[in-house]
Amino acid sequence: MAKSAIIFFGLVVGFFSLGSFAAETVLINGAGATFPYPLYAKWFSTYREVDKSVEFNYQSIGSGGGIRQFLAGTTDFGASDAPMKDDELAQSKVPILHIPATLGAVAVTFNLPGVKDSLNLTPEVLAKIFMGDIKKWDDEEILKLNPKVVMPKNQYIIVCYRSDGSGTTAVFTEYLEKVSSDWKKRIGSGKSVKWPAGLGGKGNEGVSSLVKQNPGSIGYVEMNYAFENKFPVFAIKNAKGDFVLPSVKSVTKAAEASLKSLPEDFRVSITEAAGSDVYPISAYTYLLIYQKMESHKGKKIVDFLKWSMGKGQTMASGLNYAPLPNQLVKRVLSKIDTIVLEGSSDKKEAHKLN
Amino acid sequence: MEVESKWIPFVLERIIPGISSARRIRRRDVNWGDRVFYYGLKLSAWALGALLLYMILLIWKMSEPAFQMYGWRFFVTNDWNSVTGEFGALALIYGTVVSSLAAIGLAVPVSVAVALFLNELAPEWLSRPLGFLVEMLAAIPSIVYGLWGLFVLAPFLRNYIQPPLADYLGFTPLFSGPPMGVGMMAAVVILAIMVMPTITAICREVFRAIPRSNREAALGLGATRWEMLKIAVLRSSHAGILGATILGLGRALGETMAVTMVIGNNPLISASLFSSAQTMSSILANQYAEADSLLQLSALSAVAFTLFLVSLLINGFARLIVWRVNSQYKSG
Repeated sequence: MAKSAIIFFGLVVGFFSLGSFAAETVLINGAGATFPYPLYAKWFSTYREVDKSVEFNYQSIGSGGGIRQFLAGTTDFGASDAPMKDDELAQSKVPILHIPATLGAVAVTFNLPGVKDSLNLTPEVLAKIFMGDIKKWDDEEILKLNPKVVMPKNQYIIVCYRSDGSGTTAVFTEYLEKVSSDWKKRIGSGKSVKWPAGLGGKGNEGVSSLVKQNPGSIGYVEMNYAFENKFPVFAIKNAKGDFVLPSVKSVTKAAEASLKSLPEDFRVSITEAAGSDVYPISAYTYLLIYQKMESHKGKKIVDFLKWSMGKGQTMASGLNYAPLPNQLVKRVLSKIDTIVLEGSSDKKEAHKLN
Repeated sequence: MEVESKWIPFVLERIIPGISSARRIRRRDVNWGDRVFYYGLKLSAWALGALLLYMILLIWKMSEPAFQMYGWRFFVTNDWNSVTGEFGALALIYGTVVSSLAAIGLAVPVSVAVALFLNELAPEWLSRPLGFLVEMLAAIPSIVYGLWGLFVLAPFLRNYIQPPLADYLGFTPLFSGPPMGVGMMAAVVILAIMVMPTITAICREVFRAIPRSNREAALGLGATRWEMLKIAVLRSSHAGILGATILGLGRALGETMAVTMVIGNNPLISASLFSSAQTMSSILANQYAEADSLLQLSALSAVAFTLFLVSLLINGFARLIVWRVNSQYKSG
């Protein structure tokens, strides 16, 4: 009898301690962009070492889905490559903050037998190729930009694009719309557009395998994807007139160049930013956070955001993401400080809010 | 009028066999266990039906804004542009129907031949492992087919199959344009491979059901082996082969991932097998997660609804054929 009582007692104590342990763990749910997912995953797993009581659950379902889930209140934070539109922001009762997390870029890659080095391209020619106006690689306009390269004769250009709706397409088409009035008139910009010509592949891997298989093809992928697979890429002529290759550095430069014109809510496009050594097809990716949160979970989220602006940024370049410029980090930190935690120890504050 | 009143119970009986005799059976059973069992089964069956109806209703509700906006034009226009907000599903319907029918056309003769060989001609030591391997094909997830299609099949078609077709038959619209590997042809081939195990397995069952004496009788009358297969096996299993075809067609119509990977994802209506195309299920897989506007979401739901209608129409049509074939054999 005594033995079984002890076992029973032990089990009860065990359950209670388990219960209290479980209560301490805070589960933070998020959903959204796929592009920054490798970085976020690294952040979330590393952050476990900083604060053991926080557990992140991030579903990389895409920016559009992320925004919808966040607005529906299913998740604690959202993530999107493109900033939310005004009418989307208006749907929320609580103000929403855009926290720039990192920077990415779109690289234009190609497959030309015999051409291994990078090629030069101006935005106008790029737009004409993707509209199907320039049909062959030995076109005058391409030859003029690359006088030293021997182009294959009579080789047709096969345009490859993302068939799935994606932030990458949104950034790429927004850039082309900015640099080509013809593009703006005929195609426009968005996560999925009506392509006049070519082949569609699903995801970065779909596009890149199409490019790999078809000699004479051209396609656009996320910069880190092009690096990891060692694809040849184009140097694109920027607003200043330099031909710049995509790189972690040239993308951070794009953010630096546009700091002065950065609006208060950080919702901005930094394609075709004016400055030297700037890669012109760059973009921010954002975490979406409510400005007013319940204090227990909210505090954990705020702590994490602050960490991501410090230690988090140093992890970016190792994964081929561009870290935010220092000046911007300061502005983001002061923005994070505007987050209000409801039901906090300061009871007067809490009363005011209610 | 009289003709109609005759028809209605006939059709009802076709949809729900035994509907007219169901009551009699129920009155007879008095055992409580039987009764609970009976209602349990009945509930499961009805729940499944209700779930289907609920899903149709839900998809219809979601697609209503798009149908209100475009009306019947949704089915006959060909523009799919989320920037301008113009949505028409004709090219998608074309892509789905053509790729599925062509795949079935390719798969059925091969499947029937495989089933005949395994059941009637191959020795036991060969037919067992071979049959097992064919059935294993059905267990491969479709994304694996898709990746295989993208990395192996499409380059193979591009390098070895399409260039000679373009050289010798390039004057026909079927094989015009530059060979690019991915496109309608790759989709048809991958779908054919995917539906083949299903059709083969059912055909084998159908052939197995034919009494041995039929074959012996045919041989006894002096038929050659081929004539025996034709008279005793194939001729009496038309309905079964058709049924297998319908099931295969069902799989082909709804197949999403494998097709999305290899079809080129450009909503074009082109006679050329080299051209890219887009199917209804592939545009759903491509655009649903990142749809920008509510109208686009609604248009995508409308595509889902259309896919449902098309599958229903084709399956209904196929079922009609089976009835006709069945009744022919019963009367003849």
